[in-house]
Amino acid sequence: MSTIRERIDSAMLHPELRAEGDPDAIIRDGRRLDHAEGTSKPLRPAPEPQPRGAKVRGNRPIDQQEAAARFIAATEHEKMHDERLWDLRQKRDREMHGIPEWEELRSLASAIKEHTLTHLDGYLDQFEANARSNGIHVHWARDAAEHNQIVHGILSDHGATSLIKSKSMLTEECGFRPYMASVGIEVIETDLGERIQQLDNEDPSHVVVPAVHKLRTDVAEVFSRTIGTDPGNSDVHYLAEAQREATRPLILNADAGMTGANFVVAETGTFVVCTNEGNADLSANVPKLHIASIGIEKIIPRLEHLAVFVRLLSRSALGSPMTQYTSHFRGPRAGGEMHVVLVDNGRSERLGLEEFWTSLKCIRCGACMNTCPVYRRSGGLSYGATYSGPIGLIIDPTFNARKYSNLPFASSLNGSCTNVCPVKINIHEQIYAWRRVLVKQHEVPFVKKAAMKAAGVLLSRPAAYRAAIAAADTALAHLPRFVIYNGLNAWGKHREVPHPPKQTFHSWYHANRGAKR
Amino acid sequence: MRIGLFIPCYIDAFFPKVGIATLELLERFGHDVDYPRDQTCCGQPMANSGFNAECADTEALFVRNFSGFDYVVSPSGSCVHHVRDNFDAIEQTDEVKEVRARTFELVEFLHDILKVDAFPWARFPHRVGLHNSCGTLRGLKHALPSELHEPFFSKPIDLLSKVDGIEFVRPARPDECCGFGGTFSVFEEVVSTKMGYDKVSDHAQAGAEYIVSADSSCLMHQRGCAERIGVPMKFIHIAQILNGASA
Repeated sequence: MSTIRERIDSAMLHPELRAEGDPDAIIRDGRRLDHAEGTSKPLRPAPEPQPRGAKVRGNRPIDQQEAAARFIAATEHEKMHDERLWDLRQKRDREMHGIPEWEELRSLASAIKEHTLTHLDGYLDQFEANARSNGIHVHWARDAAEHNQIVHGILSDHGATSLIKSKSMLTEECGFRPYMASVGIEVIETDLGERIQQLDNEDPSHVVVPAVHKLRTDVAEVFSRTIGTDPGNSDVHYLAEAQREATRPLILNADAGMTGANFVVAETGTFVVCTNEGNADLSANVPKLHIASIGIEKIIPRLEHLAVFVRLLSRSALGSPMTQYTSHFRGPRAGGEMHVVLVDNGRSERLGLEEFWTSLKCIRCGACMNTCPVYRRSGGLSYGATYSGPIGLIIDPTFNARKYSNLPFASSLNGSCTNVCPVKINIHEQIYAWRRVLVKQHEVPFVKKAAMKAAGVLLSRPAAYRAAIAAADTALAHLPRFVIYNGLNAWGKHREVPHPPKQTFHSWYHANRGAKR
Repeated sequence: MRIGLFIPCYIDAFFPKVGIATLELLERFGHDVDYPRDQTCCGQPMANSGFNAECADTEALFVRNFSGFDYVVSPSGSCVHHVRDNFDAIEQTDEVKEVRARTFELVEFLHDILKVDAFPWARFPHRVGLHNSCGTLRGLKHALPSELHEPFFSKPIDLLSKVDGIEFVRPARPDECCGFGGTFSVFEEVVSTKMGYDKVSDHAQAGAEYIVSADSSCLMHQRGCAERIGVPMKFIHIAQILNGASA
């Protein structure tokens, strides 16, 4: 006797919907004729492709606005990016409100950093001596090239050909991955976001959440291309699991591990790495060789100072009370080796810049990025530099004033960055100061210079100015729309011009209070 | 008390009603208000773009116009922020320092100097969203910005609360920049206008009929953005409401 299911199938189902091998199936040209409705896929538009970052052409100035415009045109990406980072900002605010002494902590953190930076040589020497007595090999690198060579040298000494590393902005600054590729050493990023960026051959777009500009459909596309996942499957758990399966064997078999450091403690000769994925611990503890690349500004005098920073760091960055892992490294494991490379790469020079040295207080929390209305709408890759967002605007020009000459202008100078900064860097005032410096160094476009010179002349001559105001109002009132709204009028491209009044205030005053002096 | 009225260039040209309201309001409190005829600008557009040398003559003109007043008052937060905090293209003589220190934005002048406790003539029965411009909020410290953990205060809300019938709405991002940013609005116009669209949409969603601000420059930008994307919104300067404008 047939089951109910079978009876339904044979009696009620359209023959085209029956299973493979169904004797009643209709075959045409050797192919089974499918029921169009039954086999159709839901109508879903193709995912919006990820907008790419700024076009980098050697030393030519990065056009941040051009890349930002493409990011804004990718409406799904822009909306997700803005909302995600604003959410982090709101979580930060909630955490802040839970700490009555928040502003005091910020002042304390700033003071500790300023003290340390003004006594940097002494604390670095103290750290070096203590680290050596802990059994750490300490190296000094003047610049990016020296850093890369030192690390290469250590790896060569151990015959290492593969390196697992946790996220480090310093190594981005040093162009470390391309260098390692050129000398035949495989680098595997262990931070998930950074790994996504590595597989996509793209820079991190944010100092804490490096792939924050990507939708999960973008990640699905990258993984399908690089680790063979199903391109149509953008389920987060599926993607994370696939990545883990692909990367775990590489981690377990790596010859060496690398981390950065969030803080370096002079009095103990130790360093601290904060992560949420525990990936620094994998990088440091799986292989026997651990190399830590550390910028010289990361130093703090004493262990007790660490408490101030640990309370501020994750609250400012992600709005969580603390990172999941705060790992202290004191020396090599039995049978292992630990190396610290202390890197300058422009920091000493920056320390000598009167208006900009306090940018070295930065603890790379990314709070200024999360709060920045320009960054949230532009995407970090639009800056075409290692450091994006407000902190990037004031650090990048120290590396290359010409290439990054447009960046300090990519700000409305609203000052929110300064207020969220846990170490109280006056970021927006430094952005303003950089504009002056770049104009003095002639690193601004001629058109802008000509316009500003003309404005300066006009605004200092009352009679000429009066005539110009009258002409502008007349023009706005009488010119046809196409004359006002053309490509040359940057105001009118995406917004309406003001409605000209019948009379300026000046002429009203003359008519109504004219009797006064 | 002799007050010099500073009406910045764009208010003069595009928003004379704001200048008139400011003048009338100060006169209502019985002050001798003068408007020096040769005034143009404070120099901010050039300074804001990094061209400090280019604004020296304009700053010098400003000092010539406003020297000798007990106070200089202006209905523009960003201009006053420039005069008070950045006005250093010219030599800082005693005269220059004096003019800078005596220059006040209208809201802080009413709140801190005149300490006005009532606007009996003012009635504004509308739902308004307050836009604190960044120059007033974080520059002149009109109010506590949401980023800081300090006791709440807001000078514009203190003043507007004395207006009969007014109702405040709260946008989701009350002190996010609207994207004007001075020359940023033209040199980085795509990001600037996107910020403006988001700002006016946020206020519209909160139910505002009017966006009110102490900065006409932000309002000029926001109005241009609202009109372009079709958000029905009205814009009014705080001076107009305090002077008794009804709509």
